[in-house]
Amino acid sequence: MKSMTRALLGATAVAALATAASAETLTIATVNNGDMIRMQGLTEDFTAQHPDIELEWVTLEENVLRQRVTTDIATKGGQYDVMTIGTYEAPIWAAQGWLVPLEDMGEDYDVDDILPAIRSGLTHDGKLYAAPFYAESSMVMYRTDLMEKAGLEMPDAPTWDFIKEAAAAMTDKEGEVYGICLRGKAGWGENMAFLTAMSNSYGARWFDEEWNPQFDGEAWKATLTDYLDLMNNYGPPGASGNGFNENLSLFQTGKCGMWIDATVAASFVTNPNDSQVADNVGFALAPDNGLGKRGNWLWAWNLAIPAGTEKADAAKEFVAWATSKHYTELVAAKDGWANVPPGTRQSLYETPEYIEVPFAMMTLQSINSADPTNPTVDPVPYTGVQFVAIPEFQGLGTAVGQQFSAALAGQMSAEDALAAAQSLTEREMKKAGYIK
Amino acid sequence: MARKTTATRKAGVTALAWIIALVIFFPILWTVLTSFKTEAVAIADPPVWFNFDWTLENYATVQERSNYARHFMNSVIISLGSTLLGLLIAVPAAWAMAFVPGKRTKDVLMWMLSTKMMPAVGVLIPIYLLFRNLGLLDTRSGLVVVLMLMNLPIIIWMLYTYFKEIPGEILEAARMDGANLRNEIIYVLTPMAVPGIASTLLLNVILAWNEAFWTLNLTAAKAAPLTAFIASYSSPEGLFYAKLSAASTMAIAPIMILGWFSQKQLVRGLTFGAVK
Repeated sequence: MKSMTRALLGATAVAALATAASAETLTIATVNNGDMIRMQGLTEDFTAQHPDIELEWVTLEENVLRQRVTTDIATKGGQYDVMTIGTYEAPIWAAQGWLVPLEDMGEDYDVDDILPAIRSGLTHDGKLYAAPFYAESSMVMYRTDLMEKAGLEMPDAPTWDFIKEAAAAMTDKEGEVYGICLRGKAGWGENMAFLTAMSNSYGARWFDEEWNPQFDGEAWKATLTDYLDLMNNYGPPGASGNGFNENLSLFQTGKCGMWIDATVAASFVTNPNDSQVADNVGFALAPDNGLGKRGNWLWAWNLAIPAGTEKADAAKEFVAWATSKHYTELVAAKDGWANVPPGTRQSLYETPEYIEVPFAMMTLQSINSADPTNPTVDPVPYTGVQFVAIPEFQGLGTAVGQQFSAALAGQMSAEDALAAAQSLTEREMKKAGYIK
Repeated sequence: MARKTTATRKAGVTALAWIIALVIFFPILWTVLTSFKTEAVAIADPPVWFNFDWTLENYATVQERSNYARHFMNSVIISLGSTLLGLLIAVPAAWAMAFVPGKRTKDVLMWMLSTKMMPAVGVLIPIYLLFRNLGLLDTRSGLVVVLMLMNLPIIIWMLYTYFKEIPGEILEAARMDGANLRNEIIYVLTPMAVPGIASTLLLNVILAWNEAFWTLNLTAAKAAPLTAFIASYSSPEGLFYAKLSAASTMAIAPIMILGWFSQKQLVRGLTFGAVK
């Protein structure tokens, strides 16, 4: 009997050791955004459900992360099992065969619940290659008190003409209040995210159907001229160095009448702990010019699995958990509905408690009004609202952004900036073989 | 009159030195101050200097979110390891160049230094592939080797400058007394060059501690040092300046303390041979 007990104990110990030895560690690369940090704090819920999976987090600043994961996936380095990637990378990497298609995500996953505008940007050849963790568009955030003082009322869907009128009425340079704050810092994800989205509403496009650059057209001229007029007359000083954070800081300290930027900023500017104007913020759709397209973008941070990983099954379990309906309920229970990652699932916008959040429906409307597969007034050969989903765009977008930022800084005229943008884009597109 | 002019000049130079020192030190001071503010106070306009409610909240958050001890240990091992390995190679190399120079010694020295002129990103992909094939990605040993190679030209140059100051006759006397090459380097040259070796060691520990290209690109979770710890608190979409400042303060504090206690050796090391 004793020997039987010993044998059983021994077998149990071996089994326990084998379990410990078989525990898989997933390395997850992610960005340092509020929603991602919250996910990191909630991983106990996942590991409690999956005791055989351990999680190792690598959190990096967006640009560092982009460089890191691109190097790793292109060289099949195998450093990460789950990567946080943007809407720009997803279709390009999927076409390269670098990502695992997200099929068999479990019975409860409900892939059809993902908002169509977001899902279409993450799909290649009919297969989903990245699961959206949170999505954002852009919209107008404005000071209700200053708008009232100016004797104006912001419509839900303003035009660019109204924005100009309101910016002029709200500007009080002596009191350090500027009618409008927009991105000016050069970069494909900085000023060019805003200007490309704005250009869509002016009927402009980066390329025609034959990939010929279009910066020499009237639509781009009108876009850039209006942008420069707005910023030079009613914008803050030194705007050519302003990105999201700089404008957030200006808006929160009461120095901007209007700010057109990412919908995710809504939770920051309405948080009384951080914002001096939290009680006086209103929201509206990004402006249009009556051409059928609004000046708003569409972006999502998504979880994807690199094709080289040996832990694809465990990685799928994690991705399914982090982008599930269960996860949104978990965040709501812990931190409240206002902190739930927005913009990915239709069911979230059918939840009565979430609809009560001040910026919830405006975020949904903004996302739904952007169409990444048909982003411009005239047809284009590319997808992407505020970017062109080709590998060359990161370099091109930043180079063009530098010309436009220089124009904002007063170093060159709008005409010269557009001519330079046209010439450098033509050169790069020829070099890349898109045009002869 | 001449004495008065000299005193005025001395006071002016002292004041100028203080102004330059304060300008250089200001970003560090501001980072430390910001780390004790709330996020709202951190972005206040006009800036708040000292009159705010000091809080340790950011340090608590950073401590809770990150494994500081692991990043710190990685930094210590990588910076010390790469420096010691570098010294092991550089001492014999510098000895040869200083005491047995050949026709091309100067050219070799210049060539070694010229490798520092190439941007690191130019060799990122080849080195990444090498590391992948050798299984060195996200390992401390891999980083020790890469940082040693990056800093080796500077180590050799510094030691060469020191060794040039040591009279060759002393080594010759040791040789006449029967010392072989190994004993000559270990028992005669090295003890005489201790101040130089110490300052080289200190400077290279600082350089390796602050290196932020290779340490970010070749690590993921296990071998990531304090540079990766700081990078994890930077965000282009969200104002987390106070937390970022707390992380930066925690990352630079150890090396600043080391620099403070060893500043005499450092200054001596950097100015050795400059004035004769």
